[in-house]
Amino acid sequence: MEPIDSSLVDWSRAQFALTAMYHWLFVPLTLGLGVVMAIMETLYVRTGREFWKRTARFWMKLFGINFAMGVATGIILEFEFGTNWSNYSWFVGDIFGAPLAIEGILAFFMESTFIAVMYFGWNKVSKRAHLASTWLTIIGATISAWWILVANAWMQHPVGMEFNPDTVRNEMVDFAAVAFSPVAVVKFCHTVTSSWVLGAVFVVGVSCWYLLRGRHREFALGSIRVAAWFGLAASLLTAHTGHLSGRDIALYQPMKLAAAEGLYEGGTEQGLVLGGILRPGADWVGGNGDDRFLLKVELPYALSYLATHDLQGYVPGIRNLLEGDYRLPDGSVALSAEEMMKRGRVAIDALARYRAASPPEEKAAALAVLRENFPWFGYGYLKSPGELVPSVPLTFYSFRIMVMLGGYFIVLFAGLLLLGQRVTRWKLVQLAVVLTIPLAWLASQSGWVVAEVGRQPWAIQGLLPNVAAISRLDVSSVQTTFFIFLALFTLLLVAELGIMGKAIAAGPETDSTSN
Amino acid sequence: MTLGRTLWCIILIKLFIMFAVLRVFFFPAYLQGDDQEKQQRVSDELTERIAP
Ligand code: HEM
Repeated sequence: MEPIDSSLVDWSRAQFALTAMYHWLFVPLTLGLGVVMAIMETLYVRTGREFWKRTARFWMKLFGINFAMGVATGIILEFEFGTNWSNYSWFVGDIFGAPLAIEGILAFFMESTFIAVMYFGWNKVSKRAHLASTWLTIIGATISAWWILVANAWMQHPVGMEFNPDTVRNEMVDFAAVAFSPVAVVKFCHTVTSSWVLGAVFVVGVSCWYLLRGRHREFALGSIRVAAWFGLAASLLTAHTGHLSGRDIALYQPMKLAAAEGLYEGGTEQGLVLGGILRPGADWVGGNGDDRFLLKVELPYALSYLATHDLQGYVPGIRNLLEGDYRLPDGSVALSAEEMMKRGRVAIDALARYRAASPPEEKAAALAVLRENFPWFGYGYLKSPGELVPSVPLTFYSFRIMVMLGGYFIVLFAGLLLLGQRVTRWKLVQLAVVLTIPLAWLASQSGWVVAEVGRQPWAIQGLLPNVAAISRLDVSSVQTTFFIFLALFTLLLVAELGIMGKAIAAGPETDSTSN
Repeated sequence: MTLGRTLWCIILIKLFIMFAVLRVFFFPAYLQGDDQEKQQRVSDELTERIAP
């Protein structure tokens, strides 16, 4: 069999990244805006003020546009699993299949039912039943996100499964361990709370645009008040869950943490890089003593504390992770990359022998070797230890962008709450808030870049690198679909922006048009 | 309501392109045959891609 061409790996990744990133333009707005509109409708039901009904209805309209545009863009990812990532799809078996099937069936029906009531039921069902539908719509959407994130978390930290060499699949042995793995829980909380931040930024941004234009003053101020409270709470939760995510990657994906921090040489009492500039072209794999930063500002001890909850804690850098020979938290000594690659090859070879052998004793012997070395299975596909190092600049800068923006959003929401009604006099603040809208997407996308680029080369951490996960296709066919998607999704995005812009320009219903 | 109509049109066109065009012409299932054949195919691929 011909070896896999590295450009096939790159194009398959590019295609998946493009689709996922476009999909992720729509999803966080659905999750975030959904909660804001539900809070507004709750205010309507509690106070009986028509003002809140009109306000809720306006944001629901924008929610509906975004939902219609975004719904089903995720299905393309599932097509790609079957065509471009067939080894991966087979290998993960029901671990991936079950969460996706449940999300597909349960959440989809739940959402569609309640969304219908939400849009068409204003005068047909009671106020409370309508409010319940609105909340259930957004809860349904959030549950969909839960299942997808469980699947993603499993790829970052595979637990609750056992590899069956007869079927060549991982089979779920502990559903709870998969569904409630600590990585899945934290990932869900960080993803959802950060999407709330994005929804809140969108609402204050659009509202400030009205203030700048001198339109819908009361509506804008009411929306800002709700969204700024919600946004402030969400940003604080995001910072907290982000901190927990940092701890997770320290435990389960130390190479991702080292890349995000630009930590080549690890040690105890490590500082967290608050900001810095990497030396362009620095070698992050080779072992010379070059300083890899042009500039760096550190918070002393903070990285050690984040990773180990101990100011003196040891944090391995890229070199240490490749060379091994340091103490792991459980007291054992870390293996070198070379050693893990050797064990991986032993595991793959044992799988081949197991499947070729027929005498039971030979099969049993091969199986024993496979089981013993399975934790390193994926390392057996790597040609050099350097392949274990993800792109440091991309991971490092994306991480800084996300965290800095996270800090900025806290200040922004707190500032808007302090200003209150006075924001109407501060044109520059209004403009700044409008310009913040795209930054919320930048932060969110950067988060995924950290999570996904930072875990390269793995499709499944430790078990399956991309080079083994992809299907053997023609590079040209993957390129073709890449450009088809680029065109189609861009068209969809332009349509979304156009329709959304038109609805925003039309503004909320005024008193006379409400019913 | 023209907005609703536009959105439904977009949803339907999108689903049509996805399922009737993309799925059929660009995303055939890569693994063919029954489960036995799929297992063997994946097993061959996984064991033969081992690093030299
Ligand atoms: C305020 C401080 C923040 C910290 C410390 C933080 C930390 C992190 C970490 C460590 C990850 C990687 C998790 C992994 O690979 O498993 C991550 C991912 C992510 N972040 Fe943040 N983050 C912060 C703010 C934000 C903000 C403001 C947003 C967006 C508005 C955001 C959106 C995301 C997203 C979407 C992901 C990918 C999903 C995930 O892996 O959880 N983060 N964040």
